[in-house]
Amino acid sequence: SSWWSHVEMGPPDPILGVTEAFKRDTNSKKMNLGVGAYRDDNGKPYVLNCVRKAEAMIASKKMDKEYLPIAGLADFTRAAAELALGENSEVIKSGRYVTVQGISGTGSLRIGANFLQRFFKASRDVYLPKPSWGNHTPIFRDAGMQLQAYRYYDPKTCSLDFSGAMDDISKIPEKSIILLHACAHNPTGVDPRQEQWKELAATVKKRNLLVYFDMAYQGFASGDINRDAWAVRHFIEQGINIILSQSFAKNMGLYGERAGAFTVICKDAEEAKRVESQLKILIRPMYSNPPVNGARIASMILNTPDLRKEWLVEVKGMADRIISMRNQLVSNLKKEGSSHNWQHITDQIGMFCFTGLKPEQVERLMKEFSIYMTKDGRISVAGVSSGNVGYLAHAIHQVTK
Amino acid sequence: AYRTDEGQPWVLPVVKKVKQLIANDNSLNHEYLPILGLPEFRANASRIALGDDSPAIKENRVGSVQSLGGTGALRIGAEFLRRWYNGNNNTATPVYVSAPSWENHNSVFMDAGFKDIRTYHYWDAAKRGLDLQGLLNDMENAPEFSIFILHACAHNPTGTDPSPEQWKQIAAVMKRRSLFPFFDSAYQGFASGSLDKDAWAVRFFVSEGFELFCAQSFSKNFGLYNERVGNLTVVGKDADNVQRVLSQMEKIVRTTWSNPPSQGARIVATTLSSPQLFDEWKGNVKTMADRVLLMRSELRSRLEALGTPGTWNHITEQIGMFSFTGLNPKQVEFMVKEKHIYLLASGRINMCGLTTKNLDYVAKSIHEAVTKIQ
Repeated sequence: SSWWSHVEMGPPDPILGVTEAFKRDTNSKKMNLGVGAYRDDNGKPYVLNCVRKAEAMIASKKMDKEYLPIAGLADFTRAAAELALGENSEVIKSGRYVTVQGISGTGSLRIGANFLQRFFKASRDVYLPKPSWGNHTPIFRDAGMQLQAYRYYDPKTCSLDFSGAMDDISKIPEKSIILLHACAHNPTGVDPRQEQWKELAATVKKRNLLVYFDMAYQGFASGDINRDAWAVRHFIEQGINIILSQSFAKNMGLYGERAGAFTVICKDAEEAKRVESQLKILIRPMYSNPPVNGARIASMILNTPDLRKEWLVEVKGMADRIISMRNQLVSNLKKEGSSHNWQHITDQIGMFCFTGLKPEQVERLMKEFSIYMTKDGRISVAGVSSGNVGYLAHAIHQVTK
Repeated sequence: AYRTDEGQPWVLPVVKKVKQLIANDNSLNHEYLPILGLPEFRANASRIALGDDSPAIKENRVGSVQSLGGTGALRIGAEFLRRWYNGNNNTATPVYVSAPSWENHNSVFMDAGFKDIRTYHYWDAAKRGLDLQGLLNDMENAPEFSIFILHACAHNPTGTDPSPEQWKQIAAVMKRRSLFPFFDSAYQGFASGSLDKDAWAVRFFVSEGFELFCAQSFSKNFGLYNERVGNLTVVGKDADNVQRVLSQMEKIVRTTWSNPPSQGARIVATTLSSPQLFDEWKGNVKTMADRVLLMRSELRSRLEALGTPGTWNHITEQIGMFSFTGLNPKQVEFMVKEKHIYLLASGRINMCGLTTKNLDYVAKSIHEAVTKIQ
């Protein structure tokens, strides 16, 4: 007999599982609107030019393969922090922060979650927006934290339930942890306006909450890296010492290279040193030290003026194509004769759109039209192209009329 | 980390070649790998550990999880065992780590949630060799179902491995006491120069019908340290069990790193799946192993020629990157402070740090340390 007879079959991952089902489908019109990976207008993965250039530069330097430090590539972590906080940030100047390289967004979130479990004694509770990225909950749970929620998305309007959010957040017990999506909320695409962010910051500060920002789409949301980081920077300016997880999977197209960073803003540089030492102690028994390739590419881009300029143009290009697809989807739905209000599709921002489709409708899209998305009706707009937006509008109209 | 005779890091020639192939392949991109990793990497990596004609592979009862280096493989295995081995979420299952061992073993299992981490006798300082009797006694007395972390070859830090006969004795006790073998294989090929020889213990346990885990690292034998290339090989009773195990490991991976880095795995997969590149790789690995073996024999012969007190055969009997010299902490301090030769307080030296240029100096310094300091 086996040690594993009692081990249950795990359910397929809801998000990545969509891609796997898509791959098995033989319909030539099939569309993968599941995983959030950018596609060009031909539906192909897009390797950024600045990435190719950075790779060529790195290859020509014939760098070695020696282990990185546990905290990662210093040029990368420094540049990542500056990108998020702004070069003129007082936090950067004073050195009262620590940034460690993480395994893209997931790995960075997990380091933070483990750090909170070990060192944040005031509370076990992490408050997530309702809904949030599906993987947030198991990440925090596996790290030993408890999950709570605050209202966020209003399914009636397909937009932000601001009064509900403010109501819930103002009642969160002091010294709890609140997770906020910095921009391009996943899965809804619904972001607070700047005025709303200001109120959120004031409330969070009054409640003395620890703020954990997840920023996976800087640059990718509006096309402007500073605009997308506005909330993060505003909170810091209000004196809130946030912790932050960054991903370079989408904004640099470095998905499989796993480039990410986790930052803790501290009281002072001395505290930052102590925090860093503890982060290293957490990382070492997880994977010892991080992979170099993605970090080197991102560092080369961020730290080489010409490449950085090119990157900003390319990331804007990606954001613009997505915005254009949103517009085309709505106009195509109108052309199909849909009587529903689809304004939320263009109001929402970033890679994802919460269509408002119900599970049965999602199921029909999959079975009858070979269009794949997650059960919550979330589509990755990046998977839409000028070649298939008409088919998508037609299918959505069929299942919603 | 390996160093050349010039004291430099070494990017394997086959790795340089394969990197060029990958760079020139415009069909490749940076998309996410599946959660469990690159399929061609996983299958090839496990095949390397278990052998081309492994009965377990033939019977389709082998699973693989691409991981962030050997550490990552250990961690995924440890997290799985804590959740699913010996009951559900049984954090009390004892985990045995050799005395001494790589110090991170303890932390990996502790952070995975195990509460009872113990040591098993391994190094006999007096005779400078394996304390087999102590080891076997510990296994006899260990609670049933305890987990034992075994070094597949080139034990870190002692460089002292059980012989095949000794492995057979170990396996017999483990089978009788229902102890779980978790192999750590960080030096396959790098130890003796032969992939098969260095995998003998793992393959023997498989042939004895054990279900086991083997955490593999490709940091040293491919020189891919900073790309974090590792693999957790799972050998189960049958395909169905292995499938369920992998599905649960997927969940663990998803909350730890989502999916693994692609660069290093591609290099290894490309190399292992081409007969030509595979041969070239084996040659590169043998080059590294041979240099270390040469340094061992050169160091020993110098110490014996100098008449340095004590016996020095352990230098050539030990295997792999490290050697437990037998120097005591005071002698080590002398080496570091007076001779600027850096080694650990345990007396462990990295044989890769030796070169034809510094052999004489190192030998003379050891001689001085041993004769001057008790």
